[in-house]
Amino acid sequence: MVQEVARPESFFFDRFGVTPRALEAVLGSALERKADYADLYFEYRTAETLGIEDSLVSRAARHTDCGVGVRVCAEERTGYAHSDEITVERMRLAVRTARAIADGTGRAPVPVKLGQSVRGHDLYNVSETLGAVGPEERARLLAEVDRAARQFDPRVKNVIATLSGEQRVVMVVTSDGRIAADIRPLWRLSVSVVAQDAHGRQVGTSGTGGRVDYSFFGENERWREHALLAARQAVIGLEADEAPAGEMVVVLGPGWPGIILHEAVGHGLEGDFNRKGVSAFAGRLGQRVASAACTVVDDGTLAGRRGSLNVDDEGTPTGRTVLIDRGILSGYLQDRLNARLMKMAPTGNGRRESYCYPPMPRMTNTFLLPGEFTPEEIIRSVAKGVYAVSFSGGQVDITSGKFVFSASEAYLIENGSVTRPIKGATLIGSGPEVLTRVAMVGNDLALDPGIGTCGKEGQWVPVGVGLPTVRVDGITVGGTRT
Amino acid sequence: MAEREPETGPGRAQAPDEGFAQWLLAQAARCGADGAEVLALSGESIEAGVRLGEVETLRSARQRRVGLRVFVGKSSATLSTSEFDRNALEQFAAQAVALARLSAADCYAGLPARADHSQVDADLGLCDREHGVPDIERALAIAHQVERAGRAEDARICNSEGAGFEASRYELLFANSQGFSGRYTATTYGVSAALIAGDADAMQRGYWYAAARRLDELEPEAVGRTAARRAVRRLGARRVKTTQAAVVFEAETAATLMRSLAAAASGPALYRESSFLLGALGKTIAAPKLTIIDDGALKGRLGSRPFDGDGLAPKRKYLVRDGVLESYLLDTYAARRLGLRSTGNATRAVGEAPSAGPSNLCLQPGTVTLEQMISAVRRGLLVTELMGSGVNLATGDYSRGAAGIWIENGELAYPVHEITIAGNLSRMLRDVEAVGSELAWRSNVAAAPMLIAEMTIAGE
Repeated sequence: MVQEVARPESFFFDRFGVTPRALEAVLGSALERKADYADLYFEYRTAETLGIEDSLVSRAARHTDCGVGVRVCAEERTGYAHSDEITVERMRLAVRTARAIADGTGRAPVPVKLGQSVRGHDLYNVSETLGAVGPEERARLLAEVDRAARQFDPRVKNVIATLSGEQRVVMVVTSDGRIAADIRPLWRLSVSVVAQDAHGRQVGTSGTGGRVDYSFFGENERWREHALLAARQAVIGLEADEAPAGEMVVVLGPGWPGIILHEAVGHGLEGDFNRKGVSAFAGRLGQRVASAACTVVDDGTLAGRRGSLNVDDEGTPTGRTVLIDRGILSGYLQDRLNARLMKMAPTGNGRRESYCYPPMPRMTNTFLLPGEFTPEEIIRSVAKGVYAVSFSGGQVDITSGKFVFSASEAYLIENGSVTRPIKGATLIGSGPEVLTRVAMVGNDLALDPGIGTCGKEGQWVPVGVGLPTVRVDGITVGGTRT
Repeated sequence: MAEREPETGPGRAQAPDEGFAQWLLAQAARCGADGAEVLALSGESIEAGVRLGEVETLRSARQRRVGLRVFVGKSSATLSTSEFDRNALEQFAAQAVALARLSAADCYAGLPARADHSQVDADLGLCDREHGVPDIERALAIAHQVERAGRAEDARICNSEGAGFEASRYELLFANSQGFSGRYTATTYGVSAALIAGDADAMQRGYWYAAARRLDELEPEAVGRTAARRAVRRLGARRVKTTQAAVVFEAETAATLMRSLAAAASGPALYRESSFLLGALGKTIAAPKLTIIDDGALKGRLGSRPFDGDGLAPKRKYLVRDGVLESYLLDTYAARRLGLRSTGNATRAVGEAPSAGPSNLCLQPGTVTLEQMISAVRRGLLVTELMGSGVNLATGDYSRGAAGIWIENGELAYPVHEITIAGNLSRMLRDVEAVGSELAWRSNVAAAPMLIAEMTIAGE
């Protein structure tokens, strides 16, 4: 059953029979002990998946998840309890557990008065339902993806593509009287291609999506672009040489390689790690952490992007935060708890995976602003180096600042030209240093195609990254050839 | 079915029982399913976190979720929901059948043969009935115990990212329309600590954890102390020049090699022809020193279960014996596609079709201690931390970020970081020169240190 949802607030009130008065009472009792703040997070998620493999449409799946999470904050402490039954009775039980972190007993319930709804952005179409496009149409698209990838090259052996759509209705109700609600669509097409020749086999991957309508995939045959990118990556991989090992000049292509920002600086600038003083960037606001060519922003207000939100998961409208301004560290990403403790303003970065978890400061869409060079000028300037255009993931140790990101498609640069493909390799660097080595920034900023997911303390959330072509003068490439 | 309504008292969420499973299977049949499976999970959990001696987080949860897979001929669909009221579930069954009708027929799809169903009813010791889910005070006390021991271990521990304790108790119910029905209750407990060591130049983080099915098996203080020692020994880390050298994997990092090997030997990687072990069954893939057993019936282990995700009995088998790949890890579907028999390795989450993977992986320990292994290395790296996901299972190509301790003339010389180690898994497995004697159970893997003759280390 697909939800026709006109106003997300009324969705929860209507479907589960909870009333604003009942929620006020629940929140009031949450503050009964010496607590600073409490909120309720309601969620109703439907998700559908369809896949193709061996040219057969398969893996049809549908999931429904709903529940409510109760959070109580007292100073630096957070109590959280959740239930997958949305009833006042369950919320009362959850409150009893969540408020156990607050000191003291015997205070009376605090009066809570709910006010106007928070006005969020209008970044995606909240009215197209998941069921608006039937499974037949999705099966047809997957068959097209399969055909296009197979036609690319006779060495393509198999195509595994998955189309996933979800709609998440959320509502946050807070003890300071705010109600914020949102309906969040999220579509994703992933393509994985296996190519084989006499010497071996390779897998290439690509994909695209965002907080968009299904029609997104058909615009300029976007699905074909990603079928071909995955096929090309697999076939090129068959011909790749061993990757070099050691510190060298690396040119990162536009889009996906922006994962370098996510790992090298993004996580290290999340408020929680800095409040606790465990980040390599702690206490460094105002200091130079990048070359003057680098301005890095986190922006949750881009229309239709995978990392964007009308309001974050604490009901704060998302914003655009300048993290690094012409090389100088200028901002942290904050949720309400960490902002309050650090005496800063929330930045709309309080996010959670689902109602099962309390929010944390998280990135939205993180990217580097464009510079003045053309990509050709940048490549031409390199005598010997690596050109990396696609990445499969990364990780960071926020305390030492060391981070990795793994190239899945890369080439050698020799005498100013891109030459042979090389095998995938992990690149490693130091977050507070690597951006000081950015020597050239291109004019071709692009965001990734919209399939990124970020993990932190066991919670996964969709994010975006972006980068123009950049030249980094010295990062360690983890190949095998010395 | 009236009793399926949520209870209103303060007790735990009612666990779906066998009657519920049969009712849902009947609903699917009524809607036109030729076969169906129900997998339901219900449970409760608690998580306590402390930092610098203060309570930081408390999390408590009760959850129920049911998954349904239906077959219409050779077409199938998989659904899951957390809405348990009768009307919603009737619709849910109808949706499942409708969705299955839209899928293409897959000649390998279907339930396992009835004769293969698990008959195991032995108590595998998966549930700690004595402790269950501890209360808030107990949970916090254990978390404090972990952090306190760690902070007291060394004066250079200057900060903490926190220590935690978590416990969960869950009941799993699985039934199919061919008459299989099984259920079991299990508990899991875990402690972890992330401590920060500092000196004038830099900070380093040390993380350690333990997980077990019985509360008494955790050693909270040992976990705290290990986290502290792991942080402190990284202080003063430097880089090394790019080189080729021997690499010693600690038990914890060796376990990741075993997981990669197991993933490449698992059904989906094989039938998707994206494994470097394709066609390697019965062939030598590793040094003769290497023997790894997969066993889902070990008592009290985290990967143990009385039946797998297809309802089949767990089996003990050699994944690798004396360097020869003796078995793949298969579920029913993968086995049919590959023309083999299931190895009882179906893994499954609620609302997903079965996949395949290891149950408990046990390395057969060797005869040398880690110390002896290091003393045999003239020049090399002891890997203590790995970063990133740079393992290509299709080709075996391996390239990961690393940190550890440099070995000179058989002795630990100084900590190193911001380096990568690279090679190819098929070559690395053949180059295993020694397997350590100190077997450590961590999660569902029992690993020991391993010495690999040579890998590329990229640094300055």
